[in-house]
Amino acid sequence: MKSFIGKRAIASAISLVGLVILVFFLSRLTGDPTDLYLPIDATQEMRDKFRELHGLNDPLIVQFGRYVWDLLHFDFGDSIRQARPAMDVVLEGFRWTLTLAVITMTLVTVAAIVIGSLAAFKVGGVFDRISSFFSLIGASAPDFWIAIVGIVIFAVQLRWLPTSGTGTVWHWVLPIAVLFIRPFGLILQVVRGSMITALSSAYVKTAKAKGVPPRPIIFVHGLRNAMLPVITVIGDQAAGILNGAVVVETIFGFPGIGKLMIDAILQRDFAVILAAIMVSAVAIFIMNLLIDLAYAMLDPRIRY
Amino acid sequence: MADHLLEVRNLSVDFHTAAGTVSAVRNVSWHLDRGETLAILGESGSGKSVSASTIMNLIDMPPGEIKSGEVLFEGRDLLKMTDEQRRSLNGKRIAMIFQDPLSHLNPVYTVGWQICEIMRVHDVPADKARARTLELLKRVGITDPEAAMGKYPHEFSGGQRQRLMIAMALALKPDILIADEPTTALDVTVQAQVLALLEELQQETGMGLLLITHDLGVVAEIADRVVVMNRGEVVESGEAAEVYRNPKHPYTKRLIDAAPGKGETREEGDRKGEPLLRVERLQQHYGGFQALKGASFTIMPGETVAIVGESGSGKSTMARAILRLDEPSGGKVIWKGRDLLQMSPKEIFAIRRDIQMVFQDPTQSLNPRMTVYQIISEAWVVHPEILPKARWKERVAELLVQVGLQPDMARRYPHQFSGGQRQRIAIARALALEPKLIICDEAVSALDVSIQAQVIELLDGLRRDLGLSYLFIAHDLPVVRDFADRVIVMKSGEIVEEGPTGQIFDHPLQPYTRALLAASLDPDPEVQAARRAIRLSEGLVPA
Repeated sequence: MKSFIGKRAIASAISLVGLVILVFFLSRLTGDPTDLYLPIDATQEMRDKFRELHGLNDPLIVQFGRYVWDLLHFDFGDSIRQARPAMDVVLEGFRWTLTLAVITMTLVTVAAIVIGSLAAFKVGGVFDRISSFFSLIGASAPDFWIAIVGIVIFAVQLRWLPTSGTGTVWHWVLPIAVLFIRPFGLILQVVRGSMITALSSAYVKTAKAKGVPPRPIIFVHGLRNAMLPVITVIGDQAAGILNGAVVVETIFGFPGIGKLMIDAILQRDFAVILAAIMVSAVAIFIMNLLIDLAYAMLDPRIRY
Repeated sequence: MADHLLEVRNLSVDFHTAAGTVSAVRNVSWHLDRGETLAILGESGSGKSVSASTIMNLIDMPPGEIKSGEVLFEGRDLLKMTDEQRRSLNGKRIAMIFQDPLSHLNPVYTVGWQICEIMRVHDVPADKARARTLELLKRVGITDPEAAMGKYPHEFSGGQRQRLMIAMALALKPDILIADEPTTALDVTVQAQVLALLEELQQETGMGLLLITHDLGVVAEIADRVVVMNRGEVVESGEAAEVYRNPKHPYTKRLIDAAPGKGETREEGDRKGEPLLRVERLQQHYGGFQALKGASFTIMPGETVAIVGESGSGKSTMARAILRLDEPSGGKVIWKGRDLLQMSPKEIFAIRRDIQMVFQDPTQSLNPRMTVYQIISEAWVVHPEILPKARWKERVAELLVQVGLQPDMARRYPHQFSGGQRQRIAIARALALEPKLIICDEAVSALDVSIQAQVIELLDGLRRDLGLSYLFIAHDLPVVRDFADRVIVMKSGEIVEEGPTGQIFDHPLQPYTRALLAASLDPDPEVQAARRAIRLSEGLVPA
């Protein structure tokens, strides 16, 4: 088990290094931040000073060397725009996104598992109809459209919810609701399919022959067996949100890592881009590890 | 009418499918008393399991529909009860075990938990359930019950798993135990043990045992009475020995006639001269595990050599190693004077024309998206030198006739055929390459007895007509007895005994061969009774 985690960590670290190199040079291709931060009529002297201050005068390779050297000392550089450590800026945004992801995915998982299981138990019943309705919406309606329609109806017309920003609990409702729909529809379908297989299995027949009532048959006998494919999809969807729910965060003015990344790219705030990418990469690594551990926990036949 | 423990009266069950309504059983009636063993005998599709599923409320409705009938348990009609009332009987008063214990045990819960569960759902307190589970595991012969409770189903062998199922079913001392093909997936020696255990437990508890089986041998071994089913109807019922001796219905007669292992064994031919295939010290290692520990034998032209053995004996490993489907670890396979194992991939490719293989499960070995014509003619796509394309159609028709099918079936797909017909298609495919040797790996094991007999007859006819040789791998001894010239007995990767069929069956030298023969079941209840006596007196059932 320990060696498994170790191997995975090493493999992930190698990909991370590759990612850092790629992003470092690609982001520099977008241009010189000086043009963005200084007024158009800034003097050459001011420009040189700005470049000097942010280390933009040296050849790229030197800049990269310095960046790596600082990285090894856990210094991720400073944000040009906010003039404070990039990592602080990123972690602040990441906290928002993580909270958003955890709340959304918890709701999605619970709802999808319960409704999907009940749909599988009675194919063609009420829950099965709910499940096909949501998966159709999730699969076909673009999230930016749902977000805008949500704002028009609930914020502008009905005035029940705020349009954007943070502050109260009500600010969370629309972003979560919009983020909920796609993964919910998808996971629901996976749960349903996987549960239909599990519930028609031989061990469920045995459970019925033992006199086990329907509820434990679904949620004890069926569900645990049906969870493996479901977990994979949950992880995949959670990664999507963690990586920055860019569209939703932008529309709702939500200060998460997705919005931060978009802003940082537009503003050529290189240190922030890199720090944000590293944070979400580590988060996704940890989540994949948790998924693998969950596999082993759910199915005794899987051992690392 | 006398009160029976369980009585099924005029039961008719339909299944509504997309292809139309199928009557699974029609007007089936039978009864079971305390302390007796009733066998329901039938081939696949006979509806033999349907009445048991009805008793246990295991039929999904829809697509199933109970058209008529009553199922009386202690005089009360189960079909009129609520689901809840029936759940309170399931597991407690009427318990059931199934054919394949691995898939019928939940893979993600411990064995202890699963056995305790049957007691928990019927309101036995947890500590009592645990104590009873330990007692049960011990009773069914599981060593170290304490440790076994914490293990998962995949950590046990097939025979042990069926013991676990039996322990679970008997936890609440049910009045009736329904066993649906309980030993079909097990090796013969393990089958004998499990049947003996069931019988002992029945005598101990006085329960009624309902045994569903396709195997006349199992009926002969354990049943008091038998109900014979065919195409959803009961064709005959009565005392097991009486039905065997004086079958009244033509179907029963056919079934008994088709049971293998009754004819004369074949005289062995002349074994002088150059053998067709010579296997020398063939070895196969998987990591540290030795699946084949240096096996040697020969096959003469036109000869049928059978390899028998239980699971894990290395018999299928041998077949795969000979064809280099898995690269062997050592030894020689001499074909026409040359070592197959030294040949280049190109030469092997050419040799594969001569040696063809027929597998156990024709459903899996035939591509479902190809027509029969495509399946058979594919051989000539790969080996175009055999036949010009203009003649393919004609030849496919010939081959289909040769294996007992119709030429116009060439346009159909595998799923449109029955299991026996699919195996014929697989044989036709093998014949397309005009091979000298066909390796049959459990080629008739999945087939019903009557179909099995037909396929064996077909293979034997082809041997006479075309001078084919067979390497016939099987776990079923009676089939081998009828069909093979020579028998090789394997155990744990080694050849234990080898000789002409008559000698192996009538004068086996090795204790293992004797145990294997003693454990195999004869369809005649009288022969079986005599064998049981020998088995008991000699203690021949190997552990």
